[in-house]
Amino acid sequence: MTCLINRSPAPMERKGILVKGLVARRRNPVVATLLLLAALLGVGGVYAVASSTAPAEATASNDQTAIDEGKRLYLEGCSSCHGLNAQGSSNGPTLIGVGAASVHFQVATGRMPMAAPGAQVARKPPIYNEREVADMAAYIASLAPGPAIPTAEQIDYTDADVAEGGVLFRINCAQCHQAAGGGGALTAGKYAPSLMIATPQEIYEAMLTGPQNMPVFGDGTLPVEDKQAIIAYVMDLQQAPSPGGIALGRIGPVAEGLFLWVGVIGAFIGLAVWIGIRAR
Amino acid sequence: MSTTEQVGTSVATYIDDRVGSNRFLGRSLKKVFPDHWSFMLGEIALYSFIIVLLTGVFLTLFYKPSMVEVVYDGSYVPLRGIMMTEAYASTLDISFDVRGGLLIRQMHHWAALLFIAAMAVHMFRVFFTGAFRKPREFNWLIGIALITLGLAAGFTGYSLPDDLLSGTGLQIARGIVQAIPIVGTWVAFLLFDGEFPGTEFISRIYGIHILLVPGLILALITVHLMMVWAQKHTQFPGPGRTNDNVVGYPLMPIYMAKAGGFFFIVFGVTALISGLVTINPIWIFGPYTPDQVSAGSQPDWYIGWLDGALRIFPNIETVLFGYTISWNIFIPSVIVPGIVFTAAALYPFIESWVTGDKRDHNLLDRPRNAPTRTAIGVMAITWYFLLFIGGGNDVIALTFDLSINWLIWFLRIAVFVLPPIAFVVTRRTCIALQRKDREKLLHGYESGRILRLPHGEFIEVHEPLNVKDRAVLESAIEAYRAPLPAPERVDANGVANKRYHLHNLRAKLSHWYYADDIVPPTRAEIEAGQAHVSHEAALEEPLHEHEELDYVNVPFHGGILHEKGAAMTNEEQLRERGGHL
Repeated sequence: MTCLINRSPAPMERKGILVKGLVARRRNPVVATLLLLAALLGVGGVYAVASSTAPAEATASNDQTAIDEGKRLYLEGCSSCHGLNAQGSSNGPTLIGVGAASVHFQVATGRMPMAAPGAQVARKPPIYNEREVADMAAYIASLAPGPAIPTAEQIDYTDADVAEGGVLFRINCAQCHQAAGGGGALTAGKYAPSLMIATPQEIYEAMLTGPQNMPVFGDGTLPVEDKQAIIAYVMDLQQAPSPGGIALGRIGPVAEGLFLWVGVIGAFIGLAVWIGIRAR
Repeated sequence: MSTTEQVGTSVATYIDDRVGSNRFLGRSLKKVFPDHWSFMLGEIALYSFIIVLLTGVFLTLFYKPSMVEVVYDGSYVPLRGIMMTEAYASTLDISFDVRGGLLIRQMHHWAALLFIAAMAVHMFRVFFTGAFRKPREFNWLIGIALITLGLAAGFTGYSLPDDLLSGTGLQIARGIVQAIPIVGTWVAFLLFDGEFPGTEFISRIYGIHILLVPGLILALITVHLMMVWAQKHTQFPGPGRTNDNVVGYPLMPIYMAKAGGFFFIVFGVTALISGLVTINPIWIFGPYTPDQVSAGSQPDWYIGWLDGALRIFPNIETVLFGYTISWNIFIPSVIVPGIVFTAAALYPFIESWVTGDKRDHNLLDRPRNAPTRTAIGVMAITWYFLLFIGGGNDVIALTFDLSINWLIWFLRIAVFVLPPIAFVVTRRTCIALQRKDREKLLHGYESGRILRLPHGEFIEVHEPLNVKDRAVLESAIEAYRAPLPAPERVDANGVANKRYHLHNLRAKLSHWYYADDIVPPTRAEIEAGQAHVSHEAALEEPLHEHEELDYVNVPFHGGILHEKGAAMTNEEQLRERGGHL
């Protein structure tokens, strides 16, 4: 800083020097600072524009009736916890800025509206149909920008690399959802649910919005292709036949041990008794 | 002589001339073994071990114990193109590209789990019947060694595929080694040849898994069986069975057929299960890399209790001279199993010292006739089972929608509270059963039939015990031992007992062990009791003599039913007895 002050010309001269001496004085520390500022502003500006375009499009594609209908449904079914203006209350978080993807994930999987407060909101048969979910999503998206519902193109995993998806799944997902996607326990009654009935759209939305205890895997962390690869791997886990026979839930040694003690040892004791019975 | 007999004789003679086997075989094939289904539990272990050996040989033909990284290009698509160790790749090849490989792999794994489970069940049988008592203490020790080796064989085998699950297990094992104070870190480096996971460990445990441990198991099984052969098999009490004889059937042909048939049953059921039910789907878990872990990672069942101890142990560490001692790992995974296996191995000697029982025991105890021992066994199993639950706490929490934290706290308390409750309940149940036995010996069976005597008294008809039941119940006389008397401080000659405190402790323990047992009636009392019962049953005779009844039924309202179950009216009964009741 002292260096900068010492070298600064008189105020009246400054403009002229900046204009004329860009090349000559580009090593001046002030230039670096200015460039950094400009870069930050540029990136931030582009980001702000880019991130607001998606919901803007989404809003544009849904007409005002959808938003109105969504608002009506919202007031009816959600506002008692999330507040009349989606601002949140002591019973539920604010929904301003959560985006349409979050609404679709929570409502279409039946998690919202919640049946009862607990450590975790469980999946259950959805209460609203697809149309109603879309309306509510439109309403929430109209309040503030947020992640949009993924397009069919985004969740199209047909060209994705399953093996690559497997690696990504084991790195990012398996520590909670278990290697076979069967789900796992978290602390204090919370859990990572089974992925065995999750649809590609739900998986994508979950990664995008990080519902409940799940972290957000934004496009910066997991690019779209990686998300598609993970979806491809989960779909493979769901659909692939079990090469070794009955899979015992694929939860590993606990189920195997239970089957061994109850089924196999039980059968052998029965057979031993049968052989041990003296012929009369 | 038929042709078959002639050929048989000449073959036998030919062999006998060269190895002198006829005399041995002639005696051995006639050897008598007692019969009971529970004596076949050890056979399950033996046969499953044979299956493990056979299938294991097959697996060694294709398995590559190498941690060299290769790119997988086998037929399992979801892993194709992934870097993995040769160990994992070759296990995948066995599962997907070797004909019959997956079946053999699953047979190997199921039979291995079965081997250890059957050893455990066999151990329960030996423990609860007191078969470990003199002169069979050494064979009990061999059995404990076999179980320990079984765990070692199982854990090394679990680690060989080098999938994500087994690697996680190895990481925990390394953590346990590191938790040993002072030497831990060095031993871990020695075992793994450096940092985890290193490049050597799989090939090192491979040698242990396929050569050292099975060799030791085979040798110990041989000694185990030779000792059974030499000491003769124990038998349950029954008619004609004493401490000095063996009542049963000869090896040839009865046990040859039974044991041989049972071998094929074990083999067949294992093959069936392995063909139908997946075990250890390593392709799901993926290759091991230390930065990955799957939720729900569990050891195979036999390590589950140790994992459970580790999971529920409170987080205690101390820093001593700048070194951290992880009590939270060291105690549950080194100290606790050390105590458990030592206590199990020493139990026969402890019981013998506590009870002062130095007799030979070839006749088995009925579990109820040793209430304290049975209660100790049930207490140990309860404790083990709670730790076992702890090992699967995450799966249980998820399946039953419980909080894993509460489950851990429940287990932390339950491992101290429930086993003593199990002890008391079992002991009282045994004593109650002893009391019932005593009642039966003195008063016979309650037949459930109410008889009204001519003078109006109602009695329930008791029946004398049949020979077999009486012999079984009378074994309580042999099994009963009075507690040791309190030692004298000074003997009759005025010499002080130098070991007074030790003897006093022993007398107290003996009192604790035996004092509440029900004293069985003497043989004279039994004789008198059974005679009385026969007399009472004879009162019923007049009812039976004049008709050929299929059975006598007693209705719930207490009247007497006759004639093939059809109810008689009171008038009919009156008429039948000539108007006198």
